[in-house]
Amino acid sequence: MIEIKHVSKWYGSFQVLTDCTTSIGAGEVVVVCGPSGSGKSTLIKTVNALEPFQQGEIIVNGISVGDPKTDLPKLRAKVGMVFQHFELFPHLSVLDNLTLAQTKVLGRGKDEAADRALKLLDRVGLKAHQSKYPGQLSGGQQQRVAIARALSMDPIAMLFDEPTSALDPEMVNEVLDVMVDLAKEGMTMMVVTHEMGFARKVADRVIFMDGGRIVEDTGKDEFFDPRGERSERARQFLSKILPH
Amino acid sequence: MFSDFDFDVIWRSLPYLFKEGMTFTLTLTAMATVGGIIFGTLLAMMRLSRFRWLSAVAGTYVNLMRSLPLLLVIFWFYFLVPYIGAWVIGSPTPIQVGAFWSSVITFTMFEAAFFCEIMRAGIQSVSRGQTYAAYALGLNYWQTMGSVILPQAFRNMIPVLLTQTIVLFQDTSLVYVLSITDFLGAASKVAQRDGRLVEMYVFAALVYFIICFTASRLVRVLQQRVAIVR
Repeated sequence: MIEIKHVSKWYGSFQVLTDCTTSIGAGEVVVVCGPSGSGKSTLIKTVNALEPFQQGEIIVNGISVGDPKTDLPKLRAKVGMVFQHFELFPHLSVLDNLTLAQTKVLGRGKDEAADRALKLLDRVGLKAHQSKYPGQLSGGQQQRVAIARALSMDPIAMLFDEPTSALDPEMVNEVLDVMVDLAKEGMTMMVVTHEMGFARKVADRVIFMDGGRIVEDTGKDEFFDPRGERSERARQFLSKILPH
Repeated sequence: MFSDFDFDVIWRSLPYLFKEGMTFTLTLTAMATVGGIIFGTLLAMMRLSRFRWLSAVAGTYVNLMRSLPLLLVIFWFYFLVPYIGAWVIGSPTPIQVGAFWSSVITFTMFEAAFFCEIMRAGIQSVSRGQTYAAYALGLNYWQTMGSVILPQAFRNMIPVLLTQTIVLFQDTSLVYVLSITDFLGAASKVAQRDGRLVEMYVFAALVYFIICFTASRLVRVLQQRVAIVR
């Protein structure tokens, strides 16, 4: 589904990604973790070409992301993305946030788009808030709307860029619950997060990044196995974030 | 000391002052504001474009317009536009656009440079994440601008845009050099015809003051109304 091959990226002379290679199969849930500045957010943004890269290749559903001939809007419409700071459109109501791209990009009729939107809002438990504006919702509610908005495009895969790290602690779970359900339904997911509980529960694989490199790319059980062979960096990282 | 003054002249000339003069002043203000904001927004998008030559062209235009006195631009357009028009369509005689359209074109082009800088600040006031989010949903550049960025930029900048419109409203009085009768022009004519300079100019000042003061008050009220809840 998503193949990342030898991707390197520079900001000027500073290299942020070095020879990253991995792949995510259909229905797989992959958690990407690592210390801040390790390049995980940059890597996930290269998958739908929000960040350009200079070397290597990324193939999403058979289409090369880096190819200048690729119709990027068409490709992006198929890959949902959820951001750290929600990025709902503050001048539009919750419902309009969900229907905008459906009508403009997919060419759905107003009623059809609204139908789909309301089903998804119902699913994330926010149907009652459809005519409110994003600023009137809590952070957790906004992020659930953002997930619903991404799902409204019927994506073939979902990218999550630290979806819970801007949330107050008591709101983290309501967002994670939605994501767990999504994973259980078989959605292909790439999730940048520090929520190791989420990783333990639903991840198939865990990628550990440091200094712009993929240091480890292992199955979940292996990653959390305390007797497993860990790289020194990953061991330090885990000991800092796992509860004692 | 007011015994020598004849304030009745104001009353007698009211229909002329407002029906002829103020109508023109407001028409020009409205047309130049709408045209200037549209053209200015396009200029702002060019200035922020990642294509260097586009932003260079827009940047040059804006800096040029902002470095010239408005009066000079008015003359310049009035005398030059007919020749440029003739050259463009290959006509042997200058194209007559008339004082009215010449003033509309001039003010639109001139104000666009100022509206451009306002809209540029407005676009930059919308966080980069909004563009990312719109792109991630599959919207293209024009859809992202039209549905996501510009509505927010515009709303953030409404107070400044209206303040600039008030300045524009005052600047329109410069059309007297094209012998167009705007509000101030009409007042001048009456003043000179009846020899009532003081009365008419005091009255004109008062009208400008009342309109501009009321408008800037309205801007303040509006500012609180349109703020986006965050």
